[in-house]
Amino acid sequence: MKNIITTVNGVSGVVHDDPWSMPGEDESDNRDFQIVSLERLLALAESGERLQGQYGVMLHPDDDPDILLPWLASLRLIALQFPRFSDGRAYSQAYLLRARYGFEGELRAVGDVLRDQLAAMRHCGFSSFAIREDRSAEEALKGLEVFDLIYARSVSTPQPLFRRR
Amino acid sequence: MYRYDEYDRALVQARVEQFRDQVARRLSGDLSEEEFLPLRLQNGLYLQKHAYMLRVANPYGTLSADQLRVLAKIATDFDRGYGHFTTRQNIQFNWIELEQVPDILQLLADHDMHAIQTSGNCVRNITTEAFAGVAGDEVMDPRPLAEILRQWSTVNPEFLFLPRKFKIAISSSASDRAAVRAHDIGLYLYRGGSGEMLLDVMAGGGLGRTPILNERVKQGLPWQHILTYTEAVLRVYNRYGRRDNKYKARIKILVKALGVDAFAKEVEREWELIKDSDAELTEKEYQRVAAGFAPPVYERLDLIDPEYGAWLARDPQFGLWVQRNTQPHKVAGYASVILSTKPGASAPPGDVTGEQMNTVADLAERYGFGEIRVSHEQNLVLPDIRKQDLYPLWKKLTEINLAKPNVGLLTDVIACPGGDYCALANTRSLPVTRAIQERFDNIDFLHDLGDLTLNISGCVNACGHHHIGNIGILGVDKKGEEFFQITIGGAQGKNSSLGKVIGRAFRAEEVPEAINRLLQAYLDYREAEEPFIETVNRIGLDPFKERVYPTPTDAAQLKLEEASV
Ligand code: SF4
Repeated sequence: MKNIITTVNGVSGVVHDDPWSMPGEDESDNRDFQIVSLERLLALAESGERLQGQYGVMLHPDDDPDILLPWLASLRLIALQFPRFSDGRAYSQAYLLRARYGFEGELRAVGDVLRDQLAAMRHCGFSSFAIREDRSAEEALKGLEVFDLIYARSVSTPQPLFRRR
Repeated sequence: MYRYDEYDRALVQARVEQFRDQVARRLSGDLSEEEFLPLRLQNGLYLQKHAYMLRVANPYGTLSADQLRVLAKIATDFDRGYGHFTTRQNIQFNWIELEQVPDILQLLADHDMHAIQTSGNCVRNITTEAFAGVAGDEVMDPRPLAEILRQWSTVNPEFLFLPRKFKIAISSSASDRAAVRAHDIGLYLYRGGSGEMLLDVMAGGGLGRTPILNERVKQGLPWQHILTYTEAVLRVYNRYGRRDNKYKARIKILVKALGVDAFAKEVEREWELIKDSDAELTEKEYQRVAAGFAPPVYERLDLIDPEYGAWLARDPQFGLWVQRNTQPHKVAGYASVILSTKPGASAPPGDVTGEQMNTVADLAERYGFGEIRVSHEQNLVLPDIRKQDLYPLWKKLTEINLAKPNVGLLTDVIACPGGDYCALANTRSLPVTRAIQERFDNIDFLHDLGDLTLNISGCVNACGHHHIGNIGILGVDKKGEEFFQITIGGAQGKNSSLGKVIGRAFRAEEVPEAINRLLQAYLDYREAEEPFIETVNRIGLDPFKERVYPTPTDAAQLKLEEASV
């Protein structure tokens, strides 16, 4: 994928050789670094097949993330969608995947992903960001360089501020 | 008052810088209007009919004298000399230049204030009683929990893009002066059998085009869980609330669709998973915040002040004002004073000039402890006034036109800004408000009518809370012409109810006479001291309809309209 920012160990940067493909792009069974749709993941499971190697899955904002429980350990990446940046369902999905189900792989924001929402996404556990294609990822990176203190607990700060004050 | 510490201060300062950058990017075209929209809304900035409007948060309606002076400065330096206090205890400025907003926010931040989340689809300013901490009938002070909720909800990253706006109110008095039941979450705070603080949580209320009073989803929630439970409600709402239709996106629609029991169960299931976590509130944090709301050092005063008593006897005008515009205080010898922002024709409800604000700030320091409150009725309150000072204070308030003795009476109208400012309006609510205030200017008549609330909204969005006014007026557009529909029987407080439409809508110029016929019917039917709302509840709508629509054509028209509903 193009226009990707990742955050590794707290350091964010633009990635120029991101290996991942979106659902529907290249679905040859033996290809590494595919993001498959949830439907395909479920269909493969039904037929007893398994994806080999590194793979990821994309959820719809309506999906309950607990449907991924059987695969959480083997999934390298989960993509969550922002159909519009003002649609905030994926923030809660991200929170649940990280804080409740303990997903440790890459959590990627895809769709209408823009600079001014990145800090909130990071707080909720996103670790990579597919910036909307008509926007510069370098510019968007500034959205992660802001001072972003929050009071409530979140994935980034499991202890709310009042326990640290 | 709660005092900002270094964290609170750092947050609001950083926010100013962030928004300054966003405004610059908008002006340079880097940000499209569509992308800028939610960013500016989350900083309180609306685009209205003629200009930008900036809504500043007054957390739970509390201001220091210095903060009020800052609002006065914004009114005079950046606006046209006045601001408008709202039903949610905020203030809005109607004539703001986009380029100047960062400087205004800077001014606010330098005085521990902000405009964060005063609009947009996020958790809004937490509201409570204007008399919190001082009311004679208060169970306990709800402000520490309101402040804790304010902090928790401010830039809470998971809940910044909810399906729709989200309003929380908390009350802890016998009467509920915070319109708790009209909120997305309403909280009633009280003490349990062994003195512990408990909350009843109400969810799914809201006015707008589908008015619904909230219902109880949790009884006796221990205070330590106020944040975890709110988090559970918001997570359920954020995930399952409708996003396909703006008019069906409030939490009330979700609660209604699931049924309140099923909704409560869903929340309970989520809450069970998070209640025993670090998000559980600590005694230490409660005490830290509550310290800011410790009562001031009151003087020991006699219940009755001889001089005050003498003035009461000597000056009936003063007596009238005391009767309507003061509230019992929990400390002997003190009273809370309400400054009516409803003088009548000279200013729209809630509008206060910069000069008035400065004088009020001075009076708050001279006669009180330097604190001012904003009420749900859009009035200002000086919470702690010695009874012996009431007379000189009244004199001064009279000079600045804030002493109309009409609090709780017909002309103490709650009104939205309507078509004179608001881009969404169907009608102009302010001229109708003024016509009513002019028509019923006789103070003896008003006092004879007694407790009576009249609320008016310029469109179905119901910012003027017309559904919960004893008399409600809603502006509607009929083929490009302004009409006004009248409801009666609405009420806020512990006995909240939604008003019912009495019949066909009126042209603006017909409204005052229609109201007059309504009032005459009340005067004819009331028993003894019965307030308007009780008469309505006792005899129902029909006797009022008959009087308001006396002609056969009216009656026929009414039947037709009823048949078509
Ligand atoms: S009720 Fe309508 S006209 Fe009045 S302020 Fe709200 S949106 Fe505007």
